[in-house]
Amino acid sequence: MIRAAVLCALLLTFASAAGAVEPSEVLDDPMLESRARALSTHIRCLVCQNQSIDDSNADLARDLRILVRERLVAGDSDQGVLDYLSSRYGDFVLLKPPIKPETWALWFGPIGIFLLAFAGAAFYFRGRRHVVPQGGDQLAADEARQLSQLLGEDDEQQP
Amino acid sequence: MLARRVLFLVPLSAFLVLAVYLWAGLQNDPRIIPSALIDQPVPEFELPPLVPDKLGFGNKDLNGQVFIVNIFASWCLPCRVEHPLLMKLAEENIVPVYGINWKDRPADALAWLAELGDPYARIGQDPDNNAGVDFGVYGVPETYIIDAEGRIRFKQVGPIFPEILEETILPLIRELQG
Repeated sequence: MIRAAVLCALLLTFASAAGAVEPSEVLDDPMLESRARALSTHIRCLVCQNQSIDDSNADLARDLRILVRERLVAGDSDQGVLDYLSSRYGDFVLLKPPIKPETWALWFGPIGIFLLAFAGAAFYFRGRRHVVPQGGDQLAADEARQLSQLLGEDDEQQP
Repeated sequence: MLARRVLFLVPLSAFLVLAVYLWAGLQNDPRIIPSALIDQPVPEFELPPLVPDKLGFGNKDLNGQVFIVNIFASWCLPCRVEHPLLMKLAEENIVPVYGINWKDRPADALAWLAELGDPYARIGQDPDNNAGVDFGVYGVPETYIIDAEGRIRFKQVGPIFPEILEETILPLIRELQG
């Protein structure tokens, strides 16, 4: 019983998504196939938009998986395949958007907002350090008298 | 001192600008992906005919005048919706409409055309999504306007509606036809 549970847990631990690749699509060359699998995880299925073509069962995803494999067999580099697709479907087909002027806001926006917030916070706290309590740090005369009086009384109460 | 008093407006206005942008972003339909092919030449393709007495076509045939290329399939319901508008375009001889029958069985497509009418001057069959990939097709229907130099000038994803036809497609065709 325990052995079965441990086995179950182990199997689940090392389980990985099998993807949507159908046996008939798999290439004979394991090197090319592993490149195709890796590439497919970076290509968006345009029908079910938040899935890669490696995950998606959509008909179009299947077409694109086969296309990726055809291009690889034809001798395209990985980048060549991605370029081939993005020249037809646009950058949207790439799950990781390329860095170029149109996407600078996307890539560098978060760090920009962080720097702005940091600068704002620094400015705020610097401003606060210069706020001097009213009356300066010297005790006024009556305050000094009051203090010594209090201290004096305290002294008298000591045994 | 005044500068200090209005300082609190800086993050507030930054927030408002961001909010307006994000709000505007919500109005976009994420299913509509801008085509990478706008203003690009029609990709190279050559499709065999679907109908025996009508030619198929390829990119070389899309030259010298303005064309509409419509991607359709018999299994596609929105294609049925836009079909009367394509019929109207063909009947009024405004612009030649070429069809690409996408991921379809020829017999089904022929039955569909027999039932609804055939607005297409030429039809190429693309059962295996060959030309479709080159056009960046990811669903049907899609409609492209090709200018006389063979460049794609407009892409409609999803069915053509009367407003789109009147307000966008027809004016563009008139402009391109000069």
